[in-house]
Amino acid sequence: MTMIDGESVLRARGLRKEYGKGEALVRAVDEVSLDVAAGETVAVMGPSGCGKSTLLHLLGGLDRATGGEVWLAGQSLGRLGERALARLRRDAVGFVFQAFHLMDELTAAENVELPALLAGRSPRAARRRAAELLERIGLADRAGFLPAALSGGQRQRVAIARALVSDPLVVLADEPTGNLDSEATLEVLRLFESLHAAGQTLVIVTHDSRIAATAGRLISMRDGAFVDETRLTGGTTGNLGALAGLEG
Amino acid sequence: MGKIFLVGRLAARDLRHRPAQAVLLLLAITAATAVLTLGLALHGVTSQPYQQTRAATNGPDVVAQLGGPAAGLQGPGQVNPRQQVLTEVRALVHASGVIGHSGPYPVTAAVLRTRGITAQVMAEGRDPKSASLDQPALTQGGWVRDGGVVIERTFADALDVSTGDRITLNGRSFTVTGIAVTAANPPYPNLCNTGCQFDTANAQIPAGASPGLIWLTQADARSLATGPPSYVLNLKLKDPARAQAFASAGGGSNPAGITMSGLIPWQSIAAADGLLIQDEQQVLTPGAVLAGLLALASVAVLAGGRMAEHTRRIGLLKAVGGTPGLIAVVLLAENLVLALLAAGAGLAAGWLAAPLITNPGAALIGSPGAPSLTPSIVFKVVAVALVVALAATLVPAIRAARTSTVSALANAARSPRRRAALIAISARLPVPLLLGLRLVARRPRRAVLSAASIAVTVTGIVAVLAFHTTVGLRTSEAAHGLANPVAARDEQMLQVLTVVLVALAILNAVFTAWATALDAKRASALARALGSTPRQVTAGISAAQVIPALTGALLGVPLGIGLFAAANHAGIVTIPPASWLTAAVLGTLLAVAVLTSIPARIGARSPVAEILQAETA
Repeated sequence: MTMIDGESVLRARGLRKEYGKGEALVRAVDEVSLDVAAGETVAVMGPSGCGKSTLLHLLGGLDRATGGEVWLAGQSLGRLGERALARLRRDAVGFVFQAFHLMDELTAAENVELPALLAGRSPRAARRRAAELLERIGLADRAGFLPAALSGGQRQRVAIARALVSDPLVVLADEPTGNLDSEATLEVLRLFESLHAAGQTLVIVTHDSRIAATAGRLISMRDGAFVDETRLTGGTTGNLGALAGLEG
Repeated sequence: MGKIFLVGRLAARDLRHRPAQAVLLLLAITAATAVLTLGLALHGVTSQPYQQTRAATNGPDVVAQLGGPAAGLQGPGQVNPRQQVLTEVRALVHASGVIGHSGPYPVTAAVLRTRGITAQVMAEGRDPKSASLDQPALTQGGWVRDGGVVIERTFADALDVSTGDRITLNGRSFTVTGIAVTAANPPYPNLCNTGCQFDTANAQIPAGASPGLIWLTQADARSLATGPPSYVLNLKLKDPARAQAFASAGGGSNPAGITMSGLIPWQSIAAADGLLIQDEQQVLTPGAVLAGLLALASVAVLAGGRMAEHTRRIGLLKAVGGTPGLIAVVLLAENLVLALLAAGAGLAAGWLAAPLITNPGAALIGSPGAPSLTPSIVFKVVAVALVVALAATLVPAIRAARTSTVSALANAARSPRRRAALIAISARLPVPLLLGLRLVARRPRRAVLSAASIAVTVTGIVAVLAFHTTVGLRTSEAAHGLANPVAARDEQMLQVLTVVLVALAILNAVFTAWATALDAKRASALARALGSTPRQVTAGISAAQVIPALTGALLGVPLGIGLFAAANHAGIVTIPPASWLTAAVLGTLLAVAVLTSIPARIGARSPVAEILQAETA
């Protein structure tokens, strides 16, 4: 999906997500507003349970908001039915999860091509695109490996390749390095760097300051609300590993 | 003792947590054991009504058929000379052990016509006054008189005639003066089961038609005969229990030293009277096997599905010190207790239902009541229930016992199987089939169970269709619209069995879809996160049931025809029309798709974010 320059890829206004009622009411996301421009990398940071993941799910149309509105590629998610929402997700969003969520019984290549097949692409085109992406992330030689035979970092790179297979407008990453060791974290950071350089819009939710430091804009979140926003000059254009304190 | 108490408490708690599943499992095994109880309990249930009829009609101990084909002189123009029959009669009535007799009565074949029905009859000439031995008991009207006939009750029911109706015999008109039952002959359509006294081949009657019995005056019987008649002689023995030995010895040491072959002991007639029930047994026994197999599939799917649902609980039990053995025993104990309860319920249901299907028919008077449940029947039924539960639970129980505590605590799904060929094929299919085939490939054992369940059901349905086709053809060719009480009973049994099989198959389809939806929860959520619509995921989960169901349904067609051929001792099997078989297969697939769409829809609409988030936690 292509994006018109100058427009927000993703926009949220007064976004709310509530659970429970009365005294048991919990506001997981509380009046959040956000604009993400094309090619921008935004990091949302906060402690565990502050509502980061819930926000990401709302932005990607995985969950419905209690109030407020989200526009993705100019379309209001609240007004879309389940089918239209699924199509929008398929065409405009790539998800990267902390737990990778790869299909255990599928090889790396089969996992990467899956969204393309679900989108109705031909098996040949889907496989070609998967091969390109695996090449790009440096795992071409692991294309036929099952997830169980890959390291944590390799699994997450496969998951990122899967998120990219449909050329999404925005990649939403939920704690992408949460399950990884330092070396694997570095592998993933480098990959995000190359994506950013290629103009891919990224929204990364994390509680790891090293990851957050790599973004162009850092938003701090607490108790479901945005409490601070900082533009980072270093951003993803610098030496990521050094910036993140992962290499000398 | 403490361990048993712990296992009992854990099993009871778990059962209380899943009452719906426990009830469904109970129903599945109860249905199978009830059918099995019925099949086992039917043995010999007609003996009591036969004895009542024998007493009411002063039934003979041995019936001698003289001068007909049963005596070995079959064929046109080959009738015993009258003198020879008289010699035989004298020899028999004076034979050792014979203390009374009635007859000989002339018997002839005749063609009966009424209301467009043509049938062959065995017309037995009788005196207007009552006989001392074998006086048929009238259930309607009066005894024979000139121009008036009495018809055996089963045959009258098949003809749909009653007293006062007119019939013709060999073109002569007669009035039906009465309807009666006898213990001296098997009823329609098994009259010739103990041997016929006349040549059943008749140009006016279609081949294979079963004759019925009527009584009329001796003068009328003789007037119908186209040649010298055959005769029937009823004998009373001093010791009725020796009737079989008497018949086997050909009349024993009669003074004339004549060896007779047309001697029928009352035990053979009683056995032929029980054919109606025997036929039911022939239907119920394979039916019980089919129902048992379905129950096995139900329990296996339920136990497996529950495993997926309770992984975390298993992890908790292990974490607090539960040994793998304890985990397996708890799961086994739950299902074995349910199986025992189901066996009890099945025995009770079968015992209570038996009188509904053990009606001896119109041929006999009296009722058999509820059959006795012998220790052997109880043992067999309980054993089958326990074996079903054990066989179905063993694999999931062992798997639960061997699950790693850490992965169980993390509620990790059991690793799916990889089937590279299926994955490659599925890539070329539309999204619902892609998802469905991959779900099938993930859990091949469940797919096999699902296919087997549908195969068993379609086997039953096709056997019923084969029965209808065969009986329909036989009826239209042979009986000219004459109702066949045996076929009617069989049909009734088959209908009941079909309902049981279909009900069990419905349970299985729903269980399997539920288990698949549960197992595929994460995969479905992920597919939706990657852009599949809920409808595609629903259709995918349904397709995962329909794909093995298609294999099962196709397999069920030859199996059903084979089952009917094996169960049908008559040996005549007609393959149902292709349109019926196609409808059976397509109807089954449609039913599976509709039934599984409900759990599939629920599974496909579970909140994606929640499921994926739970995996992360």
